[in-house]
Amino acid sequence: MMLPGFPDAMPLQGLAGGLMIGLSAAIMLLALGRIAGVSGLAARATGLSSTGAPRSVAVAFILGLPLGALVISTITGGVQTTFPVSPWPLLIGGLLVGFGTRLGSGCTSGHGVCGMSRLSPRSLFATAMFMAAGFVTVGLLRAGGWL
Amino acid sequence: MKKTAIALFAGLLFGAGLAISGMADPQRVQAFLDLFGAWDPTLAFVMGGAMIPMAIAWAVQRRMAAPVAVSRFDLPGTKTIDRKLAIGAVIFGAGWGIGGLCPGPAIADLAIAPAPAAMFIAAMLAGMAGHAITNR
Repeated sequence: MMLPGFPDAMPLQGLAGGLMIGLSAAIMLLALGRIAGVSGLAARATGLSSTGAPRSVAVAFILGLPLGALVISTITGGVQTTFPVSPWPLLIGGLLVGFGTRLGSGCTSGHGVCGMSRLSPRSLFATAMFMAAGFVTVGLLRAGGWL
Repeated sequence: MKKTAIALFAGLLFGAGLAISGMADPQRVQAFLDLFGAWDPTLAFVMGGAMIPMAIAWAVQRRMAAPVAVSRFDLPGTKTIDRKLAIGAVIFGAGWGIGGLCPGPAIADLAIAPAPAAMFIAAMLAGMAGHAITNR
């Protein structure tokens, strides 16, 4: 299905994938009693955080992410990705994402998916802030001729 | 063992969802943030889709004394909106815009585009380590 005016958008795939992400987070919440926050679980899995989920739970969830992507890539014959050509956006972006998610206690999954659906004031605020920062940053990159 | 299996399944489902939804593609995520370019609203559909099971899950959670597989819920209880939350979210959002990647898609992409994903993740872990060191 195409979205009028947005030829590149994938609304149905987006909804379907979103439902799977939400279901995954629901399983983490109702079965394991935890927030499916990828930044926190990644920090825990790598030993960069000493609090949070049991290590085995964090490692298993984090390993599951590429496995799930691999399953879809195998079934569909490949998943489209276009990465920045220069290493700099990856390195600078990665550093900021790592530091920022720890300082701000969460990312798109923890604050966005889990916190917003809980109507947590902290998560609603954080999500508004990182969305706004994302819009401004990409706007500046475009204004500067980097995009 | 059971807990680990559940977490692995949840991670697998999450990674599959990211791959199906187009969110594994940094260019598509960046296009959502690119209001003055060829704006791509797909990310909003993903967020909307994820809200549905989670809104139900929170309603169910409020009626449960304990989770299914462990003895108690371990959920964030902090209520205050402080400077750390604001600054952290802004730094994260800036990095998200620059690379088009947040932690989930970056890790899932290890199976799709290992070299650039690993580069981003190495920098991300360095950033996390930087936070751990400065906040000891």
